Amino acid sequence: MSAVTLNEGSLHDIITAPDSEPLPAASTVRKSPRPHATPWLQTETGRAFGTALGRLCRAGLPPVIGMGLFVLLWQLVSVSSGDQGLPGPARTWEAARALFADPFYDNGPNDQGIGWNILHSLYRVGAGFGLAALVGIPLGFMIGRFAFLSGMLAPVISLLRPVSPLAWLPIGLYVFKETEPASLWVIFISSIWPILLNTAAGVSRVPQDYLNVARVLNLSEWKIFTRILFPSVLPHMMTGIRLSIGVAWLVIVAAEMLTGGTGLGFWVWDEWNNLNVEHILIAIFIVGIVGLLLEQTLMLLARRFDYA
Amino acid sequence: MHPYLHIENASMVFDTKKGKFVALSDINLKVEQGEFIALIGHSGCGKSTLLNLVAGLLEATDGVLLLNDREIKGPGPERAMVFQSHSLLPWLTCFGNVHLAVERVFGATETKKQLKARTEAALELVHLTHAMHKHPHEISGGMKQRVGIARALAMEPKVLLMDEPFGALDALTRASLQDELMRIVQETHATTLMVTHDVDEAVLLSDRIVMLTNGPAATIGEVLSVDLPRPRDRLALAEDAHYHRLRHEVLEFLYQKQLRKAA
Repeated sequence: MSAVTLNEGSLHDIITAPDSEPLPAASTVRKSPRPHATPWLQTETGRAFGTALGRLCRAGLPPVIGMGLFVLLWQLVSVSSGDQGLPGPARTWEAARALFADPFYDNGPNDQGIGWNILHSLYRVGAGFGLAALVGIPLGFMIGRFAFLSGMLAPVISLLRPVSPLAWLPIGLYVFKETEPASLWVIFISSIWPILLNTAAGVSRVPQDYLNVARVLNLSEWKIFTRILFPSVLPHMMTGIRLSIGVAWLVIVAAEMLTGGTGLGFWVWDEWNNLNVEHILIAIFIVGIVGLLLEQTLMLLARRFDYA
Repeated sequence: MHPYLHIENASMVFDTKKGKFVALSDINLKVEQGEFIALIGHSGCGKSTLLNLVAGLLEATDGVLLLNDREIKGPGPERAMVFQSHSLLPWLTCFGNVHLAVERVFGATETKKQLKARTEAALELVHLTHAMHKHPHEISGGMKQRVGIARALAMEPKVLLMDEPFGALDALTRASLQDELMRIVQETHATTLMVTHDVDEAVLLSDRIVMLTNGPAATIGEVLSVDLPRPRDRLALAEDAHYHRLRHEVLEFLYQKQLRKAA
């Protein structure tokens, strides 16, 4: 028994021993014609390759398995729902390939390529969010800095914030008489809250130490803003921006369903009217992937502004 | 002759949720120009509160604080503060942190070149020229505290206020910073108030040690003159009988007269 464990131990030693050291029992274990040549996996590069592969497997395996199970479940649901039921992964994939073969065609206002629709939606999110940032960031700073203003606006914000984004659409349509500014309005009003509230929270959470520095140095309000408040609030603001864009992207699809014309939301509704379920599934993936990309880009950007 | 810094019957009452809390009462202290004062006492006795009163970060509820015969109203750059937690702005380099202070004090009267020279000189004084362009997170705790001291000194303050500046540092770093501080104070003749809870530090650095009684309603219990000749050398003092006598007096105050009931 003990002899067996001893053998295993020495075998382990050989496998893990650095190749610069002599391999004492190599010839007895490996019946190799060239006893001094190390196998490739035991060389410097080989072992680096091995560890990299291992790390890749550990990090990459769970997501791959997860996605695999997801596709499998989809397939099962599709099969069990019969011929007229939900399209399966393969059929959707084929439809997607056909769709993305020509993403930028333009056959009039209600029949445009998927690329145009994505760009239209992104433009609306960008414009609506841009307006929200333009108003929300300065207002957030003021709310965080002046308790009076905060007390004044707190009840209004608490009242308006929980309102479902689409409830604002009729107001927009009534005021602007047109669908385009109305959908921008919906994006604006629903994405302003995270950025406003995060900025305000960031300002009120500036460490007292930094403000004491400002007071001892007797800095002007402008210097306090540029040198202390703004850099200190920036990470909070980035969180707000990330949440706001997330909300805007959530809302745009729903808003476009109602306003029509162009955009991913309109496209989904249009394909529903055509009963093209593959395209609806593709749209869901597109919305998910674009949302993910937006989020990741902003995360990367936020990391650049994280001090400490 | 009027004292340079004159604290007369100052008291400080905080409004808390549990009612009024008297932190300091009836503080009377006269400090001469160029004097080094150590404030010592058990934690929570209001040492930092007293320092903040002089800094102008707090306003005394009662009594008067006079600096050079003028009442202290709010903070001002003539009273520079070194904070316990260094309080460097993490998005500015060491140079940037010091320059912010220099710019505030001398920006209106001096050229950019002069401001830069002042900043560099201040960092030179604390031996940090090599780390000038690093950010606070890239340097050690002792170095951060030295930047804090450089920032305070660069303002050429009339009074240097230090709130347990070396409290968070290890013993070796603390000793070398104490030596540096002694050298700098000797060079600049700054009037200094330093809060500490380190008896050795108080005796080594100061001209007088102001000992506070336990709070609430803390006041000055005793004032001890440290008449050790300068420059002082910590190794020589370790065998100096008078040093030990002074040290003993402070310890006696802290551990016999003001022994804190186990909290």
